[in-house]
Amino acid sequence: MTSTPQRMRTRPSDEAARIPQRGGSKLGYWLYLIPGALLVGLVIFYPIVRNVRLSFFHWRGGRAEESFAGLENWIALFGDQEFLQSFKNIILVIIAMVIVPTLLGLIIAALLFDVVGRRFGARLSSFLRATYYLPQILPIAVAGVMFSWILKPNSDGVLNQFLTALTGSEVEINWLGGQYSTAMASVMVLMIWIQIGYPVVIFMAALQRVDPQLYEAAELDGANWFQRFRAITLPMIQPEVFVVALTTTIAALKVFAPVFILTGGGPSKSTYVPSFYAYQEFIRGTDKGYAATIASAITILVVVVAIIFIRVQNRAERKDA
Amino acid sequence: MTAVAQAPAPAPQSPGKDRRNKARPRTPAEWVMLILAVLGAIAIVFPMLLLLLNAFKSPQDYANSGPLELPQALSFEGIKTFWETQNFPRALWNSIFISTMVAIIAVIVSVLNSFAIGIGRVRGRTWIVLIFLMANLVPQEMLFDPLFKLYDDLGLLSNPWSVILTFVVIQSAFGTYLLSSLLGTFPKEILEAASVDGASRWRVLRSVIVPIVRPTLSVLMVFFFIWTWNEFLLPLAFLNTSDSLTVPLLLEQLNGERQTDTTTLIAGTLISIIPTIIFFLIFQRTLTRGITAGAVK
Repeated sequence: MTSTPQRMRTRPSDEAARIPQRGGSKLGYWLYLIPGALLVGLVIFYPIVRNVRLSFFHWRGGRAEESFAGLENWIALFGDQEFLQSFKNIILVIIAMVIVPTLLGLIIAALLFDVVGRRFGARLSSFLRATYYLPQILPIAVAGVMFSWILKPNSDGVLNQFLTALTGSEVEINWLGGQYSTAMASVMVLMIWIQIGYPVVIFMAALQRVDPQLYEAAELDGANWFQRFRAITLPMIQPEVFVVALTTTIAALKVFAPVFILTGGGPSKSTYVPSFYAYQEFIRGTDKGYAATIASAITILVVVVAIIFIRVQNRAERKDA
Repeated sequence: MTAVAQAPAPAPQSPGKDRRNKARPRTPAEWVMLILAVLGAIAIVFPMLLLLLNAFKSPQDYANSGPLELPQALSFEGIKTFWETQNFPRALWNSIFISTMVAIIAVIVSVLNSFAIGIGRVRGRTWIVLIFLMANLVPQEMLFDPLFKLYDDLGLLSNPWSVILTFVVIQSAFGTYLLSSLLGTFPKEILEAASVDGASRWRVLRSVIVPIVRPTLSVLMVFFFIWTWNEFLLPLAFLNTSDSLTVPLLLEQLNGERQTDTTTLIAGTLISIIPTIIFFLIFQRTLTRGITAGAVK
């Protein structure tokens, strides 16, 4: 993801526009950027500027007067129990959206590519890959409604009926509204279910790059499947692992819909995530300045995480070179 | 977010090697691994199978039977109630219209941007790409309140164009990033030949570059379409009248209504999944090929 800007920077000899033209200046190319620049300015940078500015004000919204707040909102943020709780939940979200899918994805991709693909036929392995990927293209809202049906609190719920049949006694667990642990666990299961296909597909494509002769040589040397996985597969697909970790971490920091649909932040605000908190404050809160502060804080965090990731990757690439 | 690219499908393993591999009998361990992979896949589709099993039960049947039992008789009551109480065709049309417009316009904007960046090599292009990529990094709750007010002032609330405008920008960020690096390595000889023949820049873009990168553009379109189809937060904020809802919004609203009968909800969920399954079947190849590359080099 990051190789491009670097490549561009380190090729000064190519500075000239790539279509040679007599007397043509590069100025003409700027015209092509006008629509894109206007749109991104209006839809992205106008809201950013507006919200960052608003984070230094108190504002009830509507026709109310703004009053200057200085750093009050930002100071309040760090003492805000709900905000801190929402960040604790983000750690669990990262486990469910980044760590578990990446690890499971590695195992499943290796299984499908190495064992199913090579020993049982490529068609079966690509069919299974497609199946794992299916939840990725399902609208999250639809997946959420489906899970909330399965997790209904009374004897109407599928999971409760299952457990009733299994244990023989009536089970009526309020999975989503009862207590924090089951509610958060439900949200995490939904996230894993949605995310798993993404690393599987990316890693399987990466595995196709690996020279099969490497495996054969290792096999001849008596390396078992796990040893081959560790010594060949993992180092070879490290760049993809990196990209998956970056994109899913950013997605985790911004996560909204699974919480909105499954728990609505409950029970008693315990499953709040930062995005949901910001949304709630904008919609129901009494101070849009504070809501803007939460949103700005998340934005800053996402940008910082992205920059750190890209820096680390660039350094790793340079070491490889 | 997922990454898309132009990489051609990797060559399959040579058939000779394949045959040699298959000649060795499959070991028990390999069968166990196959079973594990299949069980995992079943776990993934299991919730959808449950929907299918229960969508055709009558409310009484649903109340009296377990979720894993087959329906006693095929009942279309849930589907009928869903169809009669919700304006699903309207929501379907809204989703199709919004996603199609976004896919087309976002690809056009991506091409224009990346022409200036990748071919024109304008000054400061690294930063320009980063500025466009901000659209992908910014959390949507940062956008929704200011944009809500903006669209309110413009009279665009509950109008599909509010969502189209917003997602053209968000999707074209990724398109700009991807196409800029692709056009940055566009064969110079072709560009020079076109220029010698006296073609203007616009002409080169339209008649030379776009036809050559068309496969990538169509992959991008498919992804923009699906990503937009699945969006939730911003459409939820901007589309408030019942005839402006998209498919995910319609279902979410139905889910929120207390009096909704469970079989109606199940039937509605199943119907809402159908369009996704159709794309999946049509674009399966494009999808699995497209998701991967570009992510890394």
